[in-house]
Amino acid sequence: MNTTTNPVHDLREFAREIRLQVLRMVNRGGSSHVGSALSIVDILAVLYGRVLHIDPTQPRMPERDRFFLSKGHAGAAVYATLALRGFFPLEKLAGHGQDGADLSGHISHKGIPGVELSTGSLGHALPVACGMAYGARLDGRGHRHVVLLSDGECDEGSNWEAALFAAHHQLANVVAIVDYNKLQSLGSVNDTLRLEPFADKWRSFGWLVREVDGHDHDLLKQALTTPADEADKPLVVLAHTVKGKGVSYMENSVAWHYRTPRGEDFDRAIAELEQAA
Amino acid sequence: MKGVFVETLLQLAEQDPQLIVLTADLGYGMFEPFVERFPRQYLNVGVAEQNMMGVAAGLALDGRTVFTYSIANFPTLRCLEQIRNDVCYHGANVKVVAIGAGFSYGALGFSHHATEDLGILRSLPEMTVLSPGDDWEAGACTKAAAEHAGPCYLRLDKGSVAGVRQSDEPFAIGRARRLREGSDATLVATGSILPVALDAAERLARGGIECRVLSMPTIKPLDVDALADAAQDTGGIFTVEEHTIDGGLGGAVAENLLERGAAPRVFHRFGLRGGFATLVGSQAYLRKAYQLDAESIAQEVPARLAPRRPRLSIAA
Repeated sequence: MNTTTNPVHDLREFAREIRLQVLRMVNRGGSSHVGSALSIVDILAVLYGRVLHIDPTQPRMPERDRFFLSKGHAGAAVYATLALRGFFPLEKLAGHGQDGADLSGHISHKGIPGVELSTGSLGHALPVACGMAYGARLDGRGHRHVVLLSDGECDEGSNWEAALFAAHHQLANVVAIVDYNKLQSLGSVNDTLRLEPFADKWRSFGWLVREVDGHDHDLLKQALTTPADEADKPLVVLAHTVKGKGVSYMENSVAWHYRTPRGEDFDRAIAELEQAA
Repeated sequence: MKGVFVETLLQLAEQDPQLIVLTADLGYGMFEPFVERFPRQYLNVGVAEQNMMGVAAGLALDGRTVFTYSIANFPTLRCLEQIRNDVCYHGANVKVVAIGAGFSYGALGFSHHATEDLGILRSLPEMTVLSPGDDWEAGACTKAAAEHAGPCYLRLDKGSVAGVRQSDEPFAIGRARRLREGSDATLVATGSILPVALDAAERLARGGIECRVLSMPTIKPLDVDALADAAQDTGGIFTVEEHTIDGGLGGAVAENLLERGAAPRVFHRFGLRGGFATLVGSQAYLRKAYQLDAESIAQEVPARLAPRRPRLSIAA
């Protein structure tokens, strides 16, 4: 799963640039879910910088790995990643959430090279990825199907239908990553609808489970690329993350699921990220 | 229509190795010949319709023609958002098949009465809605769905419905079939209640009222030309469907004719009024109980066609 072209030399720098773009997009678009987007930036940086077999010049290349953002509300982070990776011009990001633009708050594939699936309602991408993975195996094609889910999204029963399906059909070409930041829309996961023992749940469904720090690029890469001992199982990576990661006052805050950084808030966020270089 | 559906599917699967059938654990005694011949083109996903529809979208987005199968409302309403978002928004080549149109499973109770599906499915962008009226139309619709690139909904009756006209007439999505001539009124029917409409037309003829009968195996896109002709040439339009009067065939006909400026002189929707069907029973029994039988229709039409009283003028 080496990338065909790989302009990403420094993953930390790549992640920092994604964060900066996300903040500018959310600020301009007056949109929300900035905390959810920042939470997955390091995962995206590793996927698009080191893991996924993709070619920005051929976004529909048949043998590409398929990436699906199931938590579609964090679309800004994927748009920024794709643009920085060269799938489309960076200038396009300026349209995010603007009147008449195609970069919607929740991720859409229409007119946006590199997006496999439009989501926004939760619990949709894992079943679709499983279907694609089943078809790929029927055809003897070896690419992988990587789905990024939120933790709150695991409340949706459709994910567990798909979890049964993937294990039953031994879809080792499916990788689920859960952005486990422990916060959902109105409060903590523990207070809302408990997922723990979360790893055990996946394991009992027949998945191979790996748990990592979702902001540690080396560990993420290792978790996503180390061949499995049990080659007939789908893989889930529980990525322990911090919602709002990278902007101090957004970290672990439910409020920044909805708020738009403006004025001083925005300036401070940009300053923090620029200093992080 | 089950039989003709599976027979047609066998032919289609033979022609197209990229065709695959998904079932949500229903179709007992139905898919065995298919599985035997095309094991790689069949998959029982279990009792999980949301996942089935997502899997279908995934298979279709990478180039397959996918038929999803279940009964009554399970393959449609249970996973409606997957149909809307994953299938329709992506233009995925998925054919949603529901056996058990209307009161096909009448005795099984309200959960198994598929009586709102046409209205709901036809409101989805990109969706083609097929509702055959007899076995011949069912076979033709199945074939047409496979050949049509994009999402289709195929609503089939559980039982066999003898061909109203066995012939080699061409079938096309979006075309009405004119099965009887008459100028006093037009009965427009969709689904397996078609023979009831034809029976009603025969009864009306005995009383001197000659009806044109249109079968509408396609609800979307609707054959508005055939309907506008009927509105112009005949004394009124009566829609007949085993479905709520809201939003199905009757709704589609009314919307399209009014917008075309071709309002019929008389218009009435035969369908379910007044909420859920709480009675159970055979399809024939329930049709009679809810005034959707030939006798009830033949009684109602003349009353509606009778010259209307002049509109009262309201004094200022």
